[in-house]
Amino acid sequence: MTTKAMTEVKTNKLTLVQAVTDGMRTMLSEHDDILVLGEDVGQNGGVFRATEGLVHEFGEDRIIDTPLAEAGIIGTSIGLAINGFRPIAEMQFLGFVYPAYEQIMTHASRIRSRTMSKFSVPMVIRAPYGGGIRAPEIHSDSVEALFTHMPGIKVVVPSNPYDAKGLLIAAIEDPDPVLFMEPMRSYRAFKSDVPEGKYTVEIGKAATLAEGDDVTVIAWGNMVSVAQKAVEEMTKQGVSCELLDLRTLYPLDRETIVASVKKTGRVVICHEAPETGGVGNDVMALINDEAFLYLRAPMSKVAGFDTPFPFFALEEEYLPTPSRVSHAIKEAVTF
Amino acid sequence: MTEMENQFPIVQVMDGDGHIVDASYHLTESFIKEMYSKMLRARTLDKKSVNLQRQGRIGTYAPFEGQEAAQVGSASALEEGDWMFPTYRDHAATLTFGHSVSTIMLYWKGRVEGCVPPEGKNIFPPAVPIATQLPHATGAALAEKRKGTDRVAIAYFGDGATSEGDFHEGLNFASVFKAPVVFFNQNNGYAISVPIEKQMNSKTIAQKGLAYDMDAIRVDGNDVLAVYFETQKAIEKARNGEGPTLIEAVTWRYGAHTTADDPSKYRNQELSLEKRDKIDPLLRLERYMKKQGFWDDAWKDQVAKECDLEIEQAVEEMENFPEPDVNDLFDHVFKEPTWTIKKQKEAYLSQKRGETV
Repeated sequence: MTTKAMTEVKTNKLTLVQAVTDGMRTMLSEHDDILVLGEDVGQNGGVFRATEGLVHEFGEDRIIDTPLAEAGIIGTSIGLAINGFRPIAEMQFLGFVYPAYEQIMTHASRIRSRTMSKFSVPMVIRAPYGGGIRAPEIHSDSVEALFTHMPGIKVVVPSNPYDAKGLLIAAIEDPDPVLFMEPMRSYRAFKSDVPEGKYTVEIGKAATLAEGDDVTVIAWGNMVSVAQKAVEEMTKQGVSCELLDLRTLYPLDRETIVASVKKTGRVVICHEAPETGGVGNDVMALINDEAFLYLRAPMSKVAGFDTPFPFFALEEEYLPTPSRVSHAIKEAVTF
Repeated sequence: MTEMENQFPIVQVMDGDGHIVDASYHLTESFIKEMYSKMLRARTLDKKSVNLQRQGRIGTYAPFEGQEAAQVGSASALEEGDWMFPTYRDHAATLTFGHSVSTIMLYWKGRVEGCVPPEGKNIFPPAVPIATQLPHATGAALAEKRKGTDRVAIAYFGDGATSEGDFHEGLNFASVFKAPVVFFNQNNGYAISVPIEKQMNSKTIAQKGLAYDMDAIRVDGNDVLAVYFETQKAIEKARNGEGPTLIEAVTWRYGAHTTADDPSKYRNQELSLEKRDKIDPLLRLERYMKKQGFWDDAWKDQVAKECDLEIEQAVEEMENFPEPDVNDLFDHVFKEPTWTIKKQKEAYLSQKRGETV
């Protein structure tokens, strides 16, 4: 968005979760074919208030309280999507998506492919994810890699209110299924300017949050603020850090990642999902393919452990911290 | 008979000997002949497909022989614009509703083109994961309801599918949202090798409708007339905004689960022979027609000849179908391929062309 446009469009200070609501409201009021389905999304406005007020504005026919059944929500949404509607299906937590995994894996993501584009599923699956809010078991899972590995679905994850609204609108407009991951810990962490009305943040484009020459730090969602703190600390110590917020996990932003690594030659990736099989590996594979000879140190990851996400009494031990990221940056620049 | 079997008696219009047991329907000769011809067409396709598999001309195939009445009768009750959500054993239904024979054969030849219905026909690809199509039917039906049309959806599934969570979720959603959908169960007694007694403790599948406050009915799935009329009633009810129905069509698959399966390992196939004689969908209609005096061997031969000819032509069409295009592998994952797919496609194709990097 240009500076000129910014001055013309009214903005509001919103939290990330309010920006999500604003994104849905914007699209719901413009397009009758968009529906919201999920557990407690109607009268209750969602357990995180992400759908607050929508049922009063758009009615129970469009903001649909469903039975408590994730496979049913996704399966029914698939039927709606192949027959002219654009459902936004809410999983109350990403950690509750597992009963719906079959529907997403065997149908939502491959109906276009197995019907040679005769049928398609323009559906958004919204799902809060991630740790750090002392939630009960299972609620904190960060299983983006289960979906980046799945052919036929895109995976996006905003880290701030502006991107949340813009990416959500882009996801709703996308002709194919998109998993829209919402970083719970960042839901109300801060407010920032969010333009009124419709705008999009392009799927597949990372954001460069800080420019630097010594090391590229890569994060997404909740981990962006963790990486940011590490970058601030290391900058004070004289390390010139570039910080990328991936925003889209599939497809990765090849150009931005590769250009940054060609400049810095060092890479630290931070994600809260378990290290083995995480999206960090795909980032490393991309760099290996396209910038191998530019590397000046082994790439490293600061990630969740290969353990189930712990009961919350231990979650601070599990989750990457600014000091762990700083440590990895130091190791990279002193290699 | 248990209480549930009494509550959900098997509805027949015609018994195995071709006697009319419910005379409340007006049966015309042309309608009877149409049903017979459709079933014979389906059976011809099925038999031919088993042979083609044996000859290595198509891949593994899932035969439906014995279930023609259930599929043809129910599919005949649909109208253009309605939605069909079949499984991999429902080709008699998809054929009746508008798939071409060659499309069905292409599916079993490993061709994705076998999933693509003709323009204007709302036939979903066969569901392979069991019961997953039930929520789809509910969703597609809800979409029609929201659009304000009187179109309906029908989902096909077997007895084994009722054990899956998606069976419950599909029926529950449909019941809660009063979706215009018909859940058409073909209870053929076996989920591959597991008999229904091991699948469920309930004595009928129809009784499961009680849990959803959903109308449910048990029909003789080998009686094409009972299936047709009961499905028609369920569809009319759905069109009139009166919600979903569960139909249990009690039937029998004569052969194997698929051509890779040997049914003699888990049941006495003598049973299938007995059923062929006693309750075969085509034979009982033939018996009825003979009683009515409008069976004619020359007519039957003519229909059989036409079916054979159509199937032979379809086989030819299938075998002369253009070679699969490798581009299709990459070009239908997303509307616009992502860069990873483009990159993989270009790298693979250039290697295939023998280009050096």
